[in-house]
Amino acid sequence: MQGQRYEPFAHHFPLSQFLQQLLNGLFLGSIYALIALGYTMVYGVLRFINFAHGDVFMLGAFTGLYLHKLLGPMMAMMPWPVAMLVILLLAMIICAAAGILIEFLAYRPLRDKPRLNVLITAIGVSLLLEYTAQLVFGATQQPFPVIIPKGNIGGLGGLTVTITQVIVLVTAVVLMIALRFIVMKTKLGMAMRALSLNPTASALMGVNNSVVISFTFGLGSALAAAGGILYASLYPSIEPFMGVLPGLKAFVAAVLGGIGNIPGAALGGLIIGVTETLVAGYSDTLGIPSGYRDGVAFVILILILLFKPSGLLGKAEREKV
Amino acid sequence: MEVVNMLEIENLEVGYGTIKALHGVSLRVNQGSIVTLIGANGAGKSTTLRAISGLIKARGGKVRYDGEDITNLPPHAIVARGLCHVPEGRMVFANLTVEENLRMGAYLRKDKPGVAADMEFGYEMFPRLRERRHQAAGTMSGGEQQMLAIARAIMSKPRCLMLDEPSLGIAPILVRSIFEQIVAINKARGITILLVEQNANLALAVSHHGYVLETGKVLFDDTSAALRTNPQVRAAYLGG
Ligand SMILES: Nc1ncnc2c1ncn2[C@@H]1O[C@H](COP(=O)(O)OP(=O)(O)O)[C@@H](O)[C@H]1O
Ligand SMILES: [Mg+2]
Repeated sequence: MQGQRYEPFAHHFPLSQFLQQLLNGLFLGSIYALIALGYTMVYGVLRFINFAHGDVFMLGAFTGLYLHKLLGPMMAMMPWPVAMLVILLLAMIICAAAGILIEFLAYRPLRDKPRLNVLITAIGVSLLLEYTAQLVFGATQQPFPVIIPKGNIGGLGGLTVTITQVIVLVTAVVLMIALRFIVMKTKLGMAMRALSLNPTASALMGVNNSVVISFTFGLGSALAAAGGILYASLYPSIEPFMGVLPGLKAFVAAVLGGIGNIPGAALGGLIIGVTETLVAGYSDTLGIPSGYRDGVAFVILILILLFKPSGLLGKAEREKV
Repeated sequence: MEVVNMLEIENLEVGYGTIKALHGVSLRVNQGSIVTLIGANGAGKSTTLRAISGLIKARGGKVRYDGEDITNLPPHAIVARGLCHVPEGRMVFANLTVEENLRMGAYLRKDKPGVAADMEFGYEMFPRLRERRHQAAGTMSGGEQQMLAIARAIMSKPRCLMLDEPSLGIAPILVRSIFEQIVAINKARGITILLVEQNANLALAVSHHGYVLETGKVLFDDTSAALRTNPQVRAAYLGG
């Protein structure tokens, strides 16, 4: 946790500390939001939770690491923003392909089977990805290369914001705007929305539903890969199980926003990130050990399920007969 | 005018699980005509349309469209050939606006001016749709949604249109205007129509030829005029 200063005379809640925690939460939350978008989009078109999604996030971080190794000499010659962009885009493309392949091999054959089958398969795929990663990349933590220069942004009063944090937020926001454009303005995006509303009707409009489902997996996986690289830039130590917790939290974020609702997923991600950071930051004041930060998302999950199962922006879905 | 079979169904067999819904249904739809398929609830009318448009697999028999065997092609490939199905219950995209629904209808088309012209045609056919074009389709009445479903189907530039119970659950005044437009679509645009209805009186009044379906089999096959005077049909389907 960065920027936590101890101010002995501001006992209660000094504003600057609060703002600092809010900012830190925003950076983390923007990454959760990127992952949550994939859960929610896939739920939209297939009505199931792709539990392997967090592992695509991990795959994104490792793809970034290996691309950096592979392109090392070239990377050194590029200005860092170009290097970052190249790694980000290549990793997104590679992971999009991986996501499409996972759907094609593991989920598509179960398309007409009871939904429980594909849900259990997703858990299987998740374990497969984690243990294959352990086999291929090794079980130990690996340092993620520093692509974005270290340093703080000045002129923010008492607040500490690193260049990396700014890049994370800007990238996440740009990706979310790009996603919004794709979903709202392009033909495939409209087909995605139509398919999530009524797959029979979309087929009758001439939509090849399988193509749209592949596209959705590609899009979600690309965002998860970007999330993985951004996360690894903030916390530069990666390992094969790094996707488990952020994946679960992002899933909660998607449910919080209203599963299937795209702006909801983004909002949910930010809320989870901010709440988690605030709980960690004020752990002394609140009397909650800061290690409990990871539990915050799940407390939120229980609360939503109890009080508003359709989520913040979701519409209560009536079961169609 | 030369009579051409636009749609030809031969011995169609369809089932759901172990239940057989169609036991060898055969029917023909001549190009340019309106053909109706009537029958009681559960007779297999919707199942027939679903099998033709590729939504469910046929277990036996053949579907020929424009001389080509299209049996069990995927739905999107069938729409692409100009055979469009307006399903039972309308199935408009509830959260999309009226205009977005119409754009979805034109999903496979690339000719922008043609799409714009057909959208205009749809709005002229059903002026209520123009008034509501930025409204979410799900907020409209059943009759308005049916209008949208028909206009949306026209957007795909079909040569043959299959309509499943367009009168179901709709206010009588709207039913009239919808049926007037169905006849107009057939006359003005030369679109061949296969009309499924439970409202047999209405369906036989607007169609040229009719089939009566009972528990998955064709019971009568005749001109609509003859079916209207057929005593058995009158007794069972036209209320005496
Ligand atoms: N999804 C389904 N699953 C099982 N049986 C069905 C299904 N849809 C229709 N059926 C059965 O198939 C038969 C024909 O139904 P349908 O084609 O909907 O009749 P219609 O449109 O003439 O009212 C009925 O016996 C109905 O119960
Ligand atoms: Mg029916």
